[in-house]
Amino acid sequence: MSVASAAVAAYIVAGLLFILSLAGLSRHESAKVGNSFGIAGMFLALAATVALVVDRGLPGGSAVLIAVAVAAGAAIGLWRARSVPMTGMPELIAMLHSFVGLAAVLVGWNGYLSVEGVARSDGGPVLGGAERGIHSAEVVIGVFIGAVTFTGSIVAFLKLSARIKSNPLMLPGRNWLNLGALVVFAVLTVVFVIEPSVGVLAVVTVLALALGWHLVASIGGGDMPVVVSMLNSYSGWAAAASGFLLGNDLLIITGALVGSSGAYLSYIMCRAMNRSFLSVIAGGFGNEGSAAVDRDYGEHTEITAESAAELLANASSVVITPGYGMAVAQAQSAVAELTRHLRDKGVDVRFGIHPVAGRLPGHMNVLLAEAKVPYDIVLEMDEINDDLADTDVVLVIGANDTVNPAATEDPSSPIAGMPVLRVWEAREVIVFKRSMNTGYAGVQNPLFFRDNSRMLFGDARERVEDILRAL
Amino acid sequence: MAATPTTVVQLVQLGYEVVVETGAGAGSSFPDDAYGAAGATVGTTADAWEADVVLRVNAPAPGEIGRLRDGATLISLLAPALNPDLVEALARRPITALAVDAVPRISRAQSMDVLSSMANIAGYRAVIEAAHTFGRFFTGQVTAAGKVPPAKVLVAGAGVAGLAAIGAASSLGAIVRATDVRPEVAEQVRSLGGEYVAVPAGEAEVSSDGYAREMGEDFNRRAAQMYAEQVPDVDIVITTALIPGRPAPRLITEDMVASMRSGSVIVDMAAAQGGNVAGSVPDEIVVTPNGVSIIGYTDLPGRLPAQASQLYGTNLVNLLKLLTPEKDGRLVLDLDDVVQRSITVVHRGEKTWPPPPVQVSAAPAPAAPATPAVAPPPQKPPAPGRRLALVGVAAAVLFLVTALSPSALVAHFTVFALSIVVGFYVIGAVHHALHTPLMSVTNAISGIIVVGALLQISNEDGVVRGLAFVAVLLASINVFGGFAVTRRMLGMFARGPAPAAARPAVGAGQGRRS
Repeated sequence: MSVASAAVAAYIVAGLLFILSLAGLSRHESAKVGNSFGIAGMFLALAATVALVVDRGLPGGSAVLIAVAVAAGAAIGLWRARSVPMTGMPELIAMLHSFVGLAAVLVGWNGYLSVEGVARSDGGPVLGGAERGIHSAEVVIGVFIGAVTFTGSIVAFLKLSARIKSNPLMLPGRNWLNLGALVVFAVLTVVFVIEPSVGVLAVVTVLALALGWHLVASIGGGDMPVVVSMLNSYSGWAAAASGFLLGNDLLIITGALVGSSGAYLSYIMCRAMNRSFLSVIAGGFGNEGSAAVDRDYGEHTEITAESAAELLANASSVVITPGYGMAVAQAQSAVAELTRHLRDKGVDVRFGIHPVAGRLPGHMNVLLAEAKVPYDIVLEMDEINDDLADTDVVLVIGANDTVNPAATEDPSSPIAGMPVLRVWEAREVIVFKRSMNTGYAGVQNPLFFRDNSRMLFGDARERVEDILRAL
Repeated sequence: MAATPTTVVQLVQLGYEVVVETGAGAGSSFPDDAYGAAGATVGTTADAWEADVVLRVNAPAPGEIGRLRDGATLISLLAPALNPDLVEALARRPITALAVDAVPRISRAQSMDVLSSMANIAGYRAVIEAAHTFGRFFTGQVTAAGKVPPAKVLVAGAGVAGLAAIGAASSLGAIVRATDVRPEVAEQVRSLGGEYVAVPAGEAEVSSDGYAREMGEDFNRRAAQMYAEQVPDVDIVITTALIPGRPAPRLITEDMVASMRSGSVIVDMAAAQGGNVAGSVPDEIVVTPNGVSIIGYTDLPGRLPAQASQLYGTNLVNLLKLLTPEKDGRLVLDLDDVVQRSITVVHRGEKTWPPPPVQVSAAPAPAAPATPAVAPPPQKPPAPGRRLALVGVAAAVLFLVTALSPSALVAHFTVFALSIVVGFYVIGAVHHALHTPLMSVTNAISGIIVVGALLQISNEDGVVRGLAFVAVLLASINVFGGFAVTRRMLGMFARGPAPAAARPAVGAGQGRRS
């Protein structure tokens, strides 16, 4: 058994451990074990790789380089993981995606420099004929995907952390720009395969960086769950492309797993908005001009925190439907406190989570878990929708489009057909809102004007705390 | 009693003036003073009949119909399907008659569904009657005087009454089994502490209107066999099987009754409709030669008068809320509304019974909501033909790419394709609440690109080594940061304590979606 064959064996085991890791995440009970499987797989893969590298013979100083790079990366990674607040999860994840993208770009460039680049200076090609062509193609594709992931994630990060505006960027003919970039990329790939050169690779890199930037810049904040899971997918494909480049099956397996996971999540998110993947990628909501805004919806009714508290105290079942607004107002702890209080009084409190609530798939679940809300009362839209009619009070906290009755009742609405939480079927609905402004989709919400709806204006956290005091 | 002091307050809030017949609440322990304090006028029987809207429990006797004033609205239990004569008699007067027992079983109308309320009470009371007659404990105990096994209860039919009986019996500590022809109720049975006993395999019956139907012959034979096996094993049998507008199905035969142990009790809640049990007599307790008591009470809800009044009164208030949209004390009947149309038996002297049928999806029926205005259907999956074509194109592309590749690449393609498939299946099973941890874990493992960078770091070229160094650094951040943050998140997810008194044992709402 040589070191090389041992490493291959270790890679296969690591790949299986990654699959077990993802399988473990299917249930809460096994999730922690799943994470441990992932760590074990990663440890095994790293150990095997280091052994392989040492076995091939390290030039002086490389060992130090590896140690320094891994140690520094570990320190930064662990520090970020410790310190990030749960509301900052979307940003962190977007940033991590960008690292994978950049790493893939670097690995791709290295692939070029150590094969095609060397070939030129030595006078004879390192790889011959078809093999070199394939290698070149892999380099270009890997660099392209990596670069798109890199800048796309950077823009997503900036938007999510509110460092730039989350409004969609509307360049004229933006779809043609994207399509044109793809065509140019295809042409350049062919050019590069025939005659590899630094210049072509550099142009492809810049093109991909620009495409990634533009792609995400033209998508608005509310579509971020799709964007983040899409970038997750891209980062996987980038890793898989590197795997092809290096002929490493572990990278291919892992990249394919991650890629399909991101693709699947994007699919779930798109279905939850009743929109096709392409229409999300192609840009914001309501671009066709927000029709039918000037309709008379009637009067909305306001409520005070004290009367809301009274309603809650007398209810026997309460459902809370949070949205991104809860994260913005940092209201999750107050909401959790309210939940504990009501549950102690024997009120049946549950949460209804729309798949696209928040800026990340599962974002609300993580926020509520952080605030110590037991996960078995946090239900998915499909699980709770039929129970809403039996519910006494629904609290809508920072959600808007995901509870809009127009989606089911008004075929002319831009969000028509989108599955929503049918909160209006409950006896009373209390909506926490800053003002009467429209939601992300720019659609007025008839829910606010229903007879059984009460508006509670102001900062969500302060209002929930007011209710707690009144209780 | 059609109103309690509590519901009177709500009626007054709806803008109505309320007259209560003297002594009306006596049977339910509500004195006249309480009604007065709630804002009602206590008047004579004649005063009560003079009202514009008359709320009652039971249908009026033929002589009483004449006492309604012209244009009045009568709201009570009418059982229009069983009493065509009564409907005719009402239609001879220029009045409107609403049958509260004809509320359709749709979600919106649940709060007015009198039958559900009454069935809930009856189911509970059936267990109490059985316990009263049964000579032993329900709950198992180990005492100094020996061990007492728990009683075994079989509930036939898991409708509202059945579910209420299951809840009551299991909270008394008995072992409860329940059967129903609709397999979809199994979950509800379990939620109340019962064990669902299925009729052995056959075609599944999914009800489209929320009520059970008559079953095929083969099915009945298999059901009978199941009962014959279960009945001798249990101490108490409670049967609740009813089919609207038909005699009750015979579930328990004489042989089965004879097979039970002495001292066993059967409560036949369908005794008034002919009985589920051979030998049951309405309103009587029959003791068979082998010592089995068969209880055939038909007034089970009436045996909990205060409770029945409270639920019935609340149902009526909810109905009047629907009928009084302006809250101004004027009753408006909207015959385009499904609920209001269904209960209207006579409208201004015209017979409007029977109403057009209402299709509701109490079962996991795929039917779309009835709103006519749902134009764009949710993103429909591609048609089978298109799907096949897509798969075909993908297969062809994959075939060409693979066939044209050198053999070294083919092995990688194989791994790649299989991994994608595995990925999709594994991810498809992930719990929705774990999507964020899933993303951070996949993030961490996509840091596996560190392997690629590590392999390149031993290159002689300084530039390559420099780039590889940066790549290792970035990927390491991902690996360590991703796993650590996942760990942190997963640590937060905690299951709650067992829901203490979080939900009432049986509510009308709970058993309602049966």
